[in-house]
Amino acid sequence: MHTAEETLRGLFARLTGDNKHLAAATSTLDAIWVLYDRVLNVSPDNIDDPDRDRFYLSKGHGPMAYYAMLAAKGFIEPETLDNWRTFGSPLGMHPDHVLAPGVEISSGSLGHGLPLGVGTALGLRAQGRSARVFVLIGDGEFDEGSNHETMAIAGRLGLERLTAIVIDNKTASLGWPGGIAGRFEMEGWHATTVDGRDHDQLYKALSAEPDGRPHAVVAEILPLAEGSAA
Amino acid sequence: MTAQVTRKQMRTVFADTVVESLDADPRVVMLTADISSWFFWEAKKEHPDRVLNLGIREQAMIDIAGGFALTGMRPVVHTYGPFLIERPFEQIKIGLGHQDVGAVLVSVGASYDDPSWGRTHQAPGDVALLDTLPGWTVHVPGHEDEVEPLLRQAIAGDGRVYMRLSERANSEAVPVSDGFTVLRQGSAGVVVAVGPVLDQVLAATSTVDVTVLYASTIRPFDHAGLRAAVGAAKPNVVLVEPYLRGTSAFEVTEALSDVPHRLASFGTWRDREARVYGTPEEHDRLFGVDAEGLAKSIADFVR
Repeated sequence: MHTAEETLRGLFARLTGDNKHLAAATSTLDAIWVLYDRVLNVSPDNIDDPDRDRFYLSKGHGPMAYYAMLAAKGFIEPETLDNWRTFGSPLGMHPDHVLAPGVEISSGSLGHGLPLGVGTALGLRAQGRSARVFVLIGDGEFDEGSNHETMAIAGRLGLERLTAIVIDNKTASLGWPGGIAGRFEMEGWHATTVDGRDHDQLYKALSAEPDGRPHAVVAEILPLAEGSAA
Repeated sequence: MTAQVTRKQMRTVFADTVVESLDADPRVVMLTADISSWFFWEAKKEHPDRVLNLGIREQAMIDIAGGFALTGMRPVVHTYGPFLIERPFEQIKIGLGHQDVGAVLVSVGASYDDPSWGRTHQAPGDVALLDTLPGWTVHVPGHEDEVEPLLRQAIAGDGRVYMRLSERANSEAVPVSDGFTVLRQGSAGVVVAVGPVLDQVLAATSTVDVTVLYASTIRPFDHAGLRAAVGAAKPNVVLVEPYLRGTSAFEVTEALSDVPHRLASFGTWRDREARVYGTPEEHDRLFGVDAEGLAKSIADFVR
């Protein structure tokens, strides 16, 4: 029997044709897996329940880890992965939530997921629901000005059911001197920086009890050592 | 002129209608970016989670509306035209359209409600921009009494709706309708008046034998209504719109695809900015959409 993670990596390989290295190198796989495996109360059975937790993949490029997880968790059939990007497939280079089961937002253009997540968190709050909203963005995506408008809004409104996961693999062209976490803290968020490949650190940060502030989890992805398959 | 003192502004009717909707419908959310936020201060006390002024953050505001809609709520979003449609245009495309959710966007300022504010506060291209996206209903009320029924219908639905308010209004309201209302019938041609240009169109055509159609809803475009009117007159079509000249020309072409016809379009310039201040009436004359200018142009065209 395969472990769940081995299954996930096998599914990932169906998308990439590479059975080991790319899965290990992808920056989002660990965070997405921990979320769906251990944090979110969402499954194919409750995907239409208004009280389900939401996961919004804002960084829509490089969606292989996301699609592999959707197959591993039963939102889509594994066979769907084999012809992704082809005419008629529900899976493209950027996810479309109208086409793909389990996908909550359509993304690809950067800087939309966080404000969509804030609107959803506000909508859930207005309806008296306690579901949580997680939005995954990248450190390059953090350049987009709409994130900074939104960071201020979420902080001022105390959206404690909202968590932003920032995959920080240091790809922002002009960098974020002093770190990304400090920007969120300045706007009234609680911020935690973790090793983006360490599942226990990710779980601890992503499952932290709300404290009246929105939560930013900066998941640092350090370059893999040459030849490493970890 | 004395009647105008007691008339309400379209924006006031809009705010009153939204406030009533907030009380009546728990789906309704009102989002502002500072402009007009004061109209909703009282309502916010009753509905703190559904009345939100987000500050001057229009990009976030549109996507946040999309996020609300993803939870089944009905966002109404408001600011000045250029900052509602032009600045966050990609948010409208992605945060609403591509997410397959709706919202009611309500602008003020129109094309040149106060030209002394200059180009930054003019949005003559708003309707043309929305024409690049599928699924938008566009209302251009020409009188404050047309605002409430159109807005109530928009809020009750779940589609994507744009309502373009203006400080300029016709002297009388026309009962709202999904399509064209025939205000006058003639034989020399068909003149289409959209929203607040009706008074000058009626004045310009008072001695010309033409049909006058009026629309406070211009998208979807009433193809059948235009075909019927053109079928009963010479196929000379005149389009008078309070925004970019010829915005609806492609709709006329589609409606009359198998009918030989002539078309003259009036509205704001496409080929250059009007770099002048002054009054809306002066800009009407500049663009040739004042009663006198239209009278001459229309008479020449249908002769």
